[in-house]
Amino acid sequence: MPNSLPKQSIKFSWLFKMAWRDSRKNRARLLLFISSIVLGIAALVAVYSFKDNLQKDIDAQAKELTGADLVLDSRKGVSKAMQKMLDTLGDERSQEKTFASMIYFQKGGGSRLVQMKALEGNYPYYGAIESIPLAAAKHFQSGRNALVDQTLMLQFNAKVGDSVKIGDLNFNILGTLTKAPGQTGIGASIAPTVYIPLKTLDKTNLIKTGSRINNKFYFRYNDPSKIDEWVKKQDSKLEKEGFDADTVESRKEQTGRSFKDVNRFLALSGFIALLLGCVGVGSAIHVYIQEKLSAIATLRCLGLKSRHAFLIYLIQVFFIGLIAAVLGAALGTGIQFLLPLVLKDFLPVEITMQVSWPAVGQGLLLGLIISILFALPSLLSVRRISPLNAIRISFEKATGKRDPLTWLVYLLMAVFITAFTHLQMKTWIQTLAFTASIAIAFVLLIILSKLLMFLVRKLLPNSSSYLWRQGFANLYRPNNQTLMLTVSIGLSTAFICTLFFVQGILMSRVTLSSGANQPNMVMFDIQNTQKEGLDSLTKAFKLPLMNRVPVITMRIEEINGKKASADTNNRRAYRNEIRATYQDTLTAAEKITAGKWTGKIKPNETVYISLDQRYAQQIHVELNDKILFNVQGMMIPTVVGSLREVNWSRMQTNFRVVFPAGVLEEAPQFHVLMTRVPSGEVSARFQGEVVQKFPNVSVIDLDLVLKLLDELLSKIGFVIQFMAGFSMVTGWIVLISSVLTSKNQRIKESILLRTMGASRKQILAINAIEYFFLGAFAAGAGLILAISGSWALAKFTFDAAFVPPFVPTLLLFASIVLLVVITGVLSTRSILNQPPLKILRTES
Amino acid sequence: MESILNIRNVSKIYQSAGRELTVLDNINFSITAGSTVAITGPSGSGKTTLLGLCAGLDRASSGTVELNGIALEKLNEDERAAIRNQYVGFIFQNFQLLPTLTALENVMVPLELRGAKNIRAHALELLDKVGLADRSHHYPVQLSGGEQQRVSLARAFSNQPAILFADEPTGNLDAETSEKVIKLLFDLNKDAGTTLIIVTHDLELAARTARSIKIKGGVIISDENPTYA
Ligand SMILES: Nc1ncnc2c1ncn2[C@@H]1O[C@H](COP(=O)(O)OP(=O)(O)OP(=O)(O)O)[C@@H](O)[C@H]1O
Ligand SMILES: [Mg+2]
Repeated sequence: MPNSLPKQSIKFSWLFKMAWRDSRKNRARLLLFISSIVLGIAALVAVYSFKDNLQKDIDAQAKELTGADLVLDSRKGVSKAMQKMLDTLGDERSQEKTFASMIYFQKGGGSRLVQMKALEGNYPYYGAIESIPLAAAKHFQSGRNALVDQTLMLQFNAKVGDSVKIGDLNFNILGTLTKAPGQTGIGASIAPTVYIPLKTLDKTNLIKTGSRINNKFYFRYNDPSKIDEWVKKQDSKLEKEGFDADTVESRKEQTGRSFKDVNRFLALSGFIALLLGCVGVGSAIHVYIQEKLSAIATLRCLGLKSRHAFLIYLIQVFFIGLIAAVLGAALGTGIQFLLPLVLKDFLPVEITMQVSWPAVGQGLLLGLIISILFALPSLLSVRRISPLNAIRISFEKATGKRDPLTWLVYLLMAVFITAFTHLQMKTWIQTLAFTASIAIAFVLLIILSKLLMFLVRKLLPNSSSYLWRQGFANLYRPNNQTLMLTVSIGLSTAFICTLFFVQGILMSRVTLSSGANQPNMVMFDIQNTQKEGLDSLTKAFKLPLMNRVPVITMRIEEINGKKASADTNNRRAYRNEIRATYQDTLTAAEKITAGKWTGKIKPNETVYISLDQRYAQQIHVELNDKILFNVQGMMIPTVVGSLREVNWSRMQTNFRVVFPAGVLEEAPQFHVLMTRVPSGEVSARFQGEVVQKFPNVSVIDLDLVLKLLDELLSKIGFVIQFMAGFSMVTGWIVLISSVLTSKNQRIKESILLRTMGASRKQILAINAIEYFFLGAFAAGAGLILAISGSWALAKFTFDAAFVPPFVPTLLLFASIVLLVVITGVLSTRSILNQPPLKILRTES
Repeated sequence: MESILNIRNVSKIYQSAGRELTVLDNINFSITAGSTVAITGPSGSGKTTLLGLCAGLDRASSGTVELNGIALEKLNEDERAAIRNQYVGFIFQNFQLLPTLTALENVMVPLELRGAKNIRAHALELLDKVGLADRSHHYPVQLSGGEQQRVSLARAFSNQPAILFADEPTGNLDAETSEKVIKLLFDLNKDAGTTLIIVTHDLELAARTARSIKIKGGVIISDENPTYA
């Protein structure tokens, strides 16, 4: 008789065969479990594909975006030496001056601030200025012609051939501008463009003191290959002259970069949907393994090793995960075609959508990793199922202490989430903030759901009716899914509500500033000589003079005796042009936070200036530091006398640098005037009059700006909602899958109740009560998270107060609860409709 | 004759709610290869627990269990699984057929685990012996309780075990079906020459074994027709 240890050799192929057999009759259900991650993967694949295609299109269309091989631009004037150099560059040259100015439509009498582009030369060399009629873009430079953006043409009901007044000159509208090179839909509606010939600019008399002009020089090269090298070599010289260089290459990078944030947001929203799905997968697999307990124990009795039992289920999860990943990737590849539609107003290039295989590959990999990782805690427990379970009627709990491998898996999950987040984020701080907030939300929801179960069990009054007691009891019975559902419903509610609230905060910040006594019209570029005239015109319209301040442009020459060249870490401080003012008293929006405010000084006294404290921080300056300002050629030494806190959300002119009265009165300056117009009609009349009498004065109608912002925000809001939709639907799928997961248990219960004489109505009522409380609690918990998160965001990021909008919040809450109840009750009905006998047989 | 199962000073103590519960107290016996044994006793006396220990499903708190000359307590769970697959067969009160496998596949599993050859033919032959050849492609839910237990008999004998454990094999069956299953069990056993250990309440069933061990409160109270000295 043999009494040595038998050798057992299990072929890997048998494990596959067994996995296949074991999954029989469960495949549809497994697929449903895994379907919770399909949408998350789809969202990510769509975002990745979009990113890929966008980058490809940017690369392909960068020449058209730039319009030239080299673009040099400066907001400062052009020095003689620089002009000499500009005249020798390239094989073909164009020049453009861009500035804000008013346009006045003679026929309708409307006027509006626009982005004026005075152009000379054959720019763009690649792509085209698109206009209707087509030829207009080619010929407008031949005379006093203008190309006017289509949004303006629409707004003022203007036609080609109409006349517009720009500055002191009348122009003939030669064509409607449909697309300027590199302009996005949003850009065009916020700052509509008007092209005029550069040679007419002088006669418009628009260029006055303080006008902010962007000088652009476009160059075409017969051989553009050496340009980037040239730019690199000239870098310091260009910087000294205040010039920025743009090439096709740099434009590619820059455009790609500006979309990184958008892509980051899209990817993170997709990731949140995926995480929600993971919660669903994890818990569904848990229930699945629970149901398999007896079969696993039997196999173990028959001599299956624990490792092999584990592998059988790992194989199942692997293939189901693969299927989910393939489905997700396919769906995502489809959805990517929607993204350009959603984002069309923000895109500078035309998107040619095609399948991105790297994105599909990423999606597949992600789907697999995620489904296995989140199934692993349950899969690992398979190893610990004792064969004893086959002979014991009452199943033993898996033995006592936690498997150390489970901890490893949890660690892996944390690492995975952090690593993935880091791929989307710029910095580790952002990564940690994001992962931490998700973790905190998770933990809070877990605690809340435990609390719910505890409270229901403790506080459930015995006197309440049977239906209520049973409904409540369902929330904490063994194998309940209260925890899982609270987490998934709560998290998706929290996510969606936070997005909704943040959108609201942004909106209220904008609308707040347009309150009843706040100015709603700003006029700037007012020359010294126009000051009195404009004042009296305003008064003649019975409008209040609300805030009139001088503005002087200057640059920092030295900080504590150091010039820009010696202060390399602080270049920006010297580079940017500063708009400063002088005043003898503080305004209501300003508060001194350090030092002493000096309102007025006499000649030859030390000039104590006041800085906005955030700005002081930015340029690394403290109290009593010495700053030498270059005020258009004149050097003025100053000492930082005080720091101010400025409430920027107040609608008024605010300045980073404030001088005391008595220094800058004679410096070249322009003025800003604010007023409040009572109606759109008065606004139009007043603007018309201002443009006629003071053509160089720019008027901003804040109501129009607000309307545009509103439009912009609702467009952004649409993108946000589109992405949040993924989480919402995922949360819903998780709900359905978990309701169906607990179906077996519910079937037994409902049969038991029915045999004891409960009517179908009563059973439905019990379930409705259960889901109502579950939904209400989970959604409530999510709302609380969202409100506290939004409050924190409002306070610390947006510097605003946050009050959740009562009615929309309530509506949101109610619809989530309703959705939960309907889903729960509907799936219970399908159970009730089955004949009890059939159920008994499938139960064995 | 050689003994296939040796139980020496075996005790099983459960810790429950901080108290020690002695379920088996210093059990000793030895079973000759090829014999048939019934273990009887009142509910809760520790029969199932004892069976689990003998079959290597669980570890004793103290004492040694020697199966086919191999001391089980020295082995880890996977090694004991290999022992079960090689030497042990099981019949359960609630059949424990794998619900997602057909009758034939259920019978094949122990052989597949062993990596044997000609599995299918052998399994069909066994199904034929239990009279279910025509139901080989049916799933357990499509079979009656008696049929399921017959499939599980075929499964238990499929790997030609040295020793077969049955825990209340007729517990879930009516008298008539029980009779059929018992007859089948003993017939198959005779053919295969397997050692058979049956835990049962059924005195009629117990009477058909060569030896009968009675336990009560975790100790052996009688051991009739003991075949060892
Ligand atoms: N895991 C456990 N923890 C604590 N006590 C246990 C455990 N398993 C079994 N017992 C106890 O051990 C005792 C013997 O159980 P066992 O199942 O062996 O009895 P049995 O003789 O098979 O009874 P029956 O004829 O009813 O099947 C019982 O009192 C039972 O409550
Ligand atoms: Mg028992």
